[in-house]
Amino acid sequence: MVLKLENVTKRFGRFTAVDQLSIAIPEKEMFGFLGANGAGKTTTFRMILGLLDPSEGEITWDGKRVDYSTSPKIGYLPEERGLYPKLKVREQIVYLARLRGMQKQDALKELDYWLERFKVPEYAGKKVEELSKGNQQKIQFLAAVIHKPKLLILDEPFSGLDPVNVEQLKEAVLELKNKGTTIVFSSHRMEHVEEMCEHLCIMHKGSPVVHGSLKEIKRSFGKKNLVVHADFELSDLKNYPGVTRAKYTTEGVHLQITGEDVAENVLKDIVSKGFVRKFVLEEPSLNDIFIENVGASYE
Amino acid sequence: MNNFFIILIHTFLTKLKTKSFIITTVLTIVIMLALTNMQNIINFFNEDGQTDTVAVIDETGQLFSPLKEQLEPLNEDLNLELFSGSMVEAEGEVQAGTYTGVLKLSFDQDKLPEGAYKSNSMADSVIPSDLQTSLQQLKTMTAASQIQLTAEQLNKLYEPVKFERTALEEDAKTEEELNQARGLVYVLLFIIYFAVIMYANMIAMEVATEKSSRVMEILISSVSPIKQMFAKILGIGLLSLTQLAVLLVVGYFSIKRNLNNMQGGFFEFFGFGDVPASTITYAVIFFILGYFLYATLAAFLGSLVSRIEDVQQMITPMTLLVVAGFMMAMFGLNEPEAPFIRITSFIPFFTPMLMFLRVGMLNIPIWESALGIAILVATITVLAVFGARVYRGGVLMYGQSNSFKDIKKALQITKKE
Repeated sequence: MVLKLENVTKRFGRFTAVDQLSIAIPEKEMFGFLGANGAGKTTTFRMILGLLDPSEGEITWDGKRVDYSTSPKIGYLPEERGLYPKLKVREQIVYLARLRGMQKQDALKELDYWLERFKVPEYAGKKVEELSKGNQQKIQFLAAVIHKPKLLILDEPFSGLDPVNVEQLKEAVLELKNKGTTIVFSSHRMEHVEEMCEHLCIMHKGSPVVHGSLKEIKRSFGKKNLVVHADFELSDLKNYPGVTRAKYTTEGVHLQITGEDVAENVLKDIVSKGFVRKFVLEEPSLNDIFIENVGASYE
Repeated sequence: MNNFFIILIHTFLTKLKTKSFIITTVLTIVIMLALTNMQNIINFFNEDGQTDTVAVIDETGQLFSPLKEQLEPLNEDLNLELFSGSMVEAEGEVQAGTYTGVLKLSFDQDKLPEGAYKSNSMADSVIPSDLQTSLQQLKTMTAASQIQLTAEQLNKLYEPVKFERTALEEDAKTEEELNQARGLVYVLLFIIYFAVIMYANMIAMEVATEKSSRVMEILISSVSPIKQMFAKILGIGLLSLTQLAVLLVVGYFSIKRNLNNMQGGFFEFFGFGDVPASTITYAVIFFILGYFLYATLAAFLGSLVSRIEDVQQMITPMTLLVVAGFMMAMFGLNEPEAPFIRITSFIPFFTPMLMFLRVGMLNIPIWESALGIAILVATITVLAVFGARVYRGGVLMYGQSNSFKDIKKALQITKKE
């Protein structure tokens, strides 16, 4: 059940939204898409779901093209959130579940389980417009997973939620993953991807700029972070050979360096100058990698 | 169950349960019951109403009884009472409310009767006109006897001229039939007009609501947009038929119950006596085709807007088409043979009303109605195919703009290259 994208390109007129994207997402994996707005994440998802046809290339799931016959096995949480405002949660979920090929009775049972899990069983009889935004989002998530999909696509699942709800939703997503669901999700929150995904892809203006397993990406990035806090002047460190970036704080400096050897040299030099309060060599964060590749921060 | 039917039934049931639908249906039923029971309602209010009494000052001393005789068959509820006092006294009585009015009868210099009527206001026109008619008859009789005409001679004079119209076409409609047809076509045109505007609106709103509430994206990831579009059109079509059926059943029984009251009245004029089966068949065909034409148009226009507020603006051109068709049909009721009507009845957007008007009122060759229907069906097909493609792209667009340029954009999204 591998989801495969091979040289996928999508053009809208003269505008290229996705350019030569090739990814393979193994079964039961959690795969993260990172990218700024307009990077082509949603377009990619829409192509995976078969809502849009790629201009070039091919998308297959388990060797077959995704179309409406596979829709009962796929769950989708769109970025553009929305449910019928006037319908009650129960009617709504049952309707959407039946469209995914579920029986009414099963849908009701599953709905009870999830509402219980989110600790909001009283919502079943409420109209969606009466719920708060965050709770609407939970209902929407529920609509995406109620039919126990094999492949779950979540477009910005955590945006607009408070930290408690983010945790609740994360737990639910992890549980689904452990039950064997293949999950593809997009986010512009690096920490979510860093925390949950084994594999990821950073997209920029339609092209995949970084792609692979999280560990691999971090290792091959090469650069490391060095934090130095000291009682003396550190301003000349920014010109030190091998330092690519320096950010001064009140207590010291955050440096980006090209390798461990640079850190060794720095340490040797500064211990002679005085007392060093803190000297930490860190793995690069996804944020660093992202900024390095995309060239801009957007948080 | 098939997804198509899930959507169809869902659309049908949720719309059926909306307050606005129930209220509209109930209101229409009330209006219909009121219309068919008009005679009863009028009678009800008249029952306790007193009969009007008019004081008559007969200066001639001979006109009162013949006038009363003339008036009796004309207006049973109007009483004449001989008043012996003066005009001033009579006026006082009228103002006091004892009499509805006072009529002064006299002879002119030719010894012919004349009258003067006074009442509190000029608002009531029935009583004076009845009095005038009676007096007119009296005058005619008096004048006739003055010039010594016999009653027979008089009758001859007033006998209406014989004037017969015959159509040479073999099975052309007789005048009576034509009048009947006109009434029936008139009513059915109204039904088509309102139904098309109302339900097409409903479809456009439905699509726009799903789009603006963003539920659309989940829907199209489980069911193809084309399936959705047609399930929705059929679901609301079913709704319209349900509403019509309810109205027809209520209307039929109400008319049947009140049939006695309606003889010779408004309803006979409208030709409900016996309706030709072919007219009803055509009405159903054109109703359904007209619905599909405009429903498809509405669905794809609805798919282009992102906000509900923009729906009206988007479907205005379509509504104008319906209105234009209706206007032409109203004109065509009096002149169904006009070449203008004939030509426009082949334009698909007008066919449901104009071609129906023509088959209802004229005897047009079968190929003409067949051609009209064929063009209509072809247009619906083209519109459905084209509309479905626009719909597919349109539902994925969330822009601010909502112009017809978006059609091009929507098509572009669905294109492979």
